[in-house]
Amino acid sequence: MKNIYLDYAATTPVDKRVAKAMEPYFGSLPAGRQEKFGNTMSLHSFGQEAKLALENSRAVLADLINAKPNEIIFTSSATESNNFALKGIALANKNKGNHIIISSIEHPCVVESAKWLEKQGFKMTKIPVDKYGIINPEDVKKAITDKTILVSIIHASNEIGTIQDIEKIGKICREKGIYFHTDASQSFGKILIDVKKINIDLLTASSHKIYGPKGAGLLYVREGIKLVPLLHGGGQENGLRSSTINLPAIVGFAKAVEICKKEMKKENKRLTALRNKLIKEVLKIKNSHLNGPPPHKASDGQSHPEKRLANNANFSFDFIEGESLVMQLDMEGIACSTGSACSSFKLEPSHVLLATGLRPEQAHGSLRVSLGRQTTEKDIKKLIKVLPKIIKKIRAISPFKKYE
Amino acid sequence: MNELFPKNIMEHFKRPRNIGEIKNPDGVGKVGNFVCGDIIWLYVKIKKGKNDKEPKITDVKFQTLGCTVAIAVSSIVTTLAKGKTISEVLKINKDSILKMSGNVPKNKIHCSFLADDALHEAIYDYLQKNKMIIPQELQERHERIERELENTEEKHEEYVNLEKKVFGK
Repeated sequence: MKNIYLDYAATTPVDKRVAKAMEPYFGSLPAGRQEKFGNTMSLHSFGQEAKLALENSRAVLADLINAKPNEIIFTSSATESNNFALKGIALANKNKGNHIIISSIEHPCVVESAKWLEKQGFKMTKIPVDKYGIINPEDVKKAITDKTILVSIIHASNEIGTIQDIEKIGKICREKGIYFHTDASQSFGKILIDVKKINIDLLTASSHKIYGPKGAGLLYVREGIKLVPLLHGGGQENGLRSSTINLPAIVGFAKAVEICKKEMKKENKRLTALRNKLIKEVLKIKNSHLNGPPPHKASDGQSHPEKRLANNANFSFDFIEGESLVMQLDMEGIACSTGSACSSFKLEPSHVLLATGLRPEQAHGSLRVSLGRQTTEKDIKKLIKVLPKIIKKIRAISPFKKYE
Repeated sequence: MNELFPKNIMEHFKRPRNIGEIKNPDGVGKVGNFVCGDIIWLYVKIKKGKNDKEPKITDVKFQTLGCTVAIAVSSIVTTLAKGKTISEVLKINKDSILKMSGNVPKNKIHCSFLADDALHEAIYDYLQKNKMIIPQELQERHERIERELENTEEKHEEYVNLEKKVFGK
């Protein structure tokens, strides 16, 4: 049985072309003399060759978002970038104010960083979302006080795929002279972002969500903005992020971006078609609901095809517990994820789904399907065939059998 | 390969035993709630045969809405209870369940005790209905389960009311 991976929002496999580009930078022995494994801080030619590759990669990544190379700081992950953005800005600007604004559907690494800052005396406001996970930029405007130093809003939701109007939010922040950070982990390489055009001050991106290796992330920091570093040491990345540069991962990250840039438009179109077909079929299951912006006209007459990531689908099934659903699908060789409490380490249902107004039991019954480069029409057909049977089976053993 | 859960849990999850409802049960245990995500309804049929000193569980069935561990342990608990006398069943405890389930991930252990609660509640229901003596330990356990339910109900009143409306629970 061929296993079907439909959890690309969790992570992606490394593209073969990426792996090939990374290869020389490991300098693996005994394959022969490889000169590209050096430490970018070394003065000798090994180090300088590495340094050159680092700067070339930086230029590729900067170019994708219309930034200058010196505005890109490499990190180990999006989690690190988000921690750095929030803590680095807050600590560097504590004499200006103590208030930060985030949304109620941020990734845990933003939420937890903000909570940590609260313990250090900062104040936090969470902007609510509507039932589709959409933030009203006016709410951001209203939440800004004379003490606000940073607004951090996730660009595209990792769970429900909602794409926020960061252009409007960016404009509001720029007018008020407040830094605007966006976590673009799920959108970078999938949607074109121009940081200059849309007034972004800080942006987080990740390599392993776009067929690059794990262990590489970046933070775009607009020229002139000061941050307090989290890591102190040898002074890499302009003293902002000490650590020996993880060059193979960064080279891979840049190669992944090159491929995305070339294939983005076509791939988005392909994934949107597959995803829409999936949504249409899955909603035929009794007592099923779509979470996140509807690409088709929903029962309330709304449709927001442009506000949803091409590769994301998220459903809730009444009288279903998501963790057992994911396990049943796994037994059929299909890999998806859920926002159920039982699936999380903390045993709490997804805060993102709750923020959209779902009741806990609806969040428990959620299923996220995220498509990617290797997803075929056959895969989607298989899921469409298997899912109703599994749902029926799970409902049949529950006290709510009659609702199957 | 998926080794998230121990073999026996997966075995019972794949092929749960004793699923369903017993019409005219002698005892029913209903535990869990929508907020936590796991709901277990467990039914028992209890009879005292001619040569029996004590009444026995002649049939036991369950209906579970829940995670892998909740479903699997519901099945495990019914297999442990079937054919046993009441005093034997009341000896089933966390240890005997963990022994049968194997190494359940730490944060999932509480899910594995829910089915045990349901079984004890079903016995409690039987004893109470038949005006029989309820052992103190069982009485205390019943009160603890009720208290926990009340706590969740207080915390999530809105959802619980909806749940009552939908299912007339």
